[in-house]
Amino acid sequence: MEANGGDSSEIVRELEELKLRKAEIEHRISTLEAKLHETAAVERLDAAVSNGYSSPAAIEHGLDHGLSPDQIYRYSRQLLLPSFGVEAQSNLLKSSVLVIGAGGLGSPALLYLAACGVGRLGIIDHDVVELNNMHRQIIHTEAFIGHPKVKSAASACRSVNSTIKIDEHVEALRTSNALEILSQYDIIVDATDNPPSRYMISDCCVLLGKPLVSGAALGMEGQLTVYNHNGGPCYRCLFPTPPPTSACQRCSDSGVLGVVPGVIGCLQALETIKLASMVGEPLSERMLLFDALSARIRIVKIRGRSSQCTVCGDNSSFDKHQFKNFDYEDFTQFPLFAGSLKLLPKESRISSEEFKEILQKKERHILLDVRPSHHYKIVSLPDSLNIPLANLESRLNELTSVLKEKEDVNAETGPCTSLYVVCRRGNDSQRAVQYLRESGFDSAKDIIGGLEAWAADVNPNFPTY
Amino acid sequence: MDVTEQASSKEATKIENEETSSVEIKVLFFARARELTGVPDLTLKMPSGSTTQKCMDELVIKFPKLEEVRGCVVLALNEEYTTDSAIVKHRDELAIIPPISGG
Repeated sequence: MEANGGDSSEIVRELEELKLRKAEIEHRISTLEAKLHETAAVERLDAAVSNGYSSPAAIEHGLDHGLSPDQIYRYSRQLLLPSFGVEAQSNLLKSSVLVIGAGGLGSPALLYLAACGVGRLGIIDHDVVELNNMHRQIIHTEAFIGHPKVKSAASACRSVNSTIKIDEHVEALRTSNALEILSQYDIIVDATDNPPSRYMISDCCVLLGKPLVSGAALGMEGQLTVYNHNGGPCYRCLFPTPPPTSACQRCSDSGVLGVVPGVIGCLQALETIKLASMVGEPLSERMLLFDALSARIRIVKIRGRSSQCTVCGDNSSFDKHQFKNFDYEDFTQFPLFAGSLKLLPKESRISSEEFKEILQKKERHILLDVRPSHHYKIVSLPDSLNIPLANLESRLNELTSVLKEKEDVNAETGPCTSLYVVCRRGNDSQRAVQYLRESGFDSAKDIIGGLEAWAADVNPNFPTY
Repeated sequence: MDVTEQASSKEATKIENEETSSVEIKVLFFARARELTGVPDLTLKMPSGSTTQKCMDELVIKFPKLEEVRGCVVLALNEEYTTDSAIVKHRDELAIIPPISGG
């Protein structure tokens, strides 16, 4: 049994190693293929020039649209479309697109944009691939778990189309680099997952005069609009006031059915292709609302550009300098990255290791879990009391009575009962402790990093989600 | 004299009708608004001549939690952008659309 266990862990380890090597080799193959293609193109150009022609292979074949024989074959099904044709394809090949976020929306968007022949495709993301991404971020493969999403997405795009140029930006988009990065592209695709990024990207597009294909998805619903196009509105025209923190959630907090961002991401690719190739009618001044549960797609006409808009309005003084200094996290009261909040002083917090010691020493305490009840049902620490943060105010008396019970039982012994608060990642627990201390629970402390820290630092077998 | 009297009584009847008559509109909730109300749509009875703002007031009374997103929603009347002062008519469809930011 012991020996078998050793064998299987050895096999798993070797498998992982091989998978990683395979991914690296695949990446190398697609890079070399792309390089070969470029070299071949240059050689053809050189040959053409030396033969007395002044333009590449296309002209060599008497084709004045600029498509090479390979391109004609690769994109033939699009060329055959009367409403698309060779002119639109030629526009597409000359265009450049930046996709911000290689997650649920970016995955299908990137694959289609690479496949259809956008000339240059930029990908920016700071995150790494995780197992719990795989159900919706279909561009990534298991071999890339733990690796940057940009590397994984670029490799997948190259394996679909080795003839286009792909730029990898393995970094977070911030006010300090946004202007410089976005200015290198014709069209911007917002495939991010949080309000500060959405405002930042929209503002940046206004400053640079770039059209913005904006998609969003959560739970069972999706939204899609083209902003800042042809005198149309920007994101701020529509939403001048950011939603309160409680109203904006990430897929990692409230869940999403994988195919929902898939549908919206595909539609983002479609709108991008229309803009880049200059065909059809872009979804500007209109918003598409996708409701997966009732199988309904509604398109509502939205407002035009607002003359009062603080960024794109008539009297706006918003410039690049202001942009660089604008605090989008403060404006939206929402972190740019799913990082940790710092609400409480050190003395109001304990680490998961310290909490482990408290358990070991059997110190008298109450552990309050403030996650939503459906999270609590997935997994929880033993002997914890679940009162979701949203209901804490109305259920405070429950906490009081539980505390009182403990005090009564242990009336003669030791110091008073401590109150520890835990959540999933250590943000809501801080909000809860702040509220509890204001309400007279002076001993309340939160467990830093929540159950994720517990799993990482104390019990590696504790399930995370 | 007679003519004026007739006219004013007509006016009075009209006002009375407006006060007693009401319109029914369909309200559609999206995203967070749907979460907060717990329903995707409902039929709302309003006095005729009500504005969309009045409808929102009424909805917030029905669902106090809606206050949370009130400041950041896009309102669409019959699938077209609308303002707070637009008058709703019988069988109109009012969509309440908070932004989604997930992805």
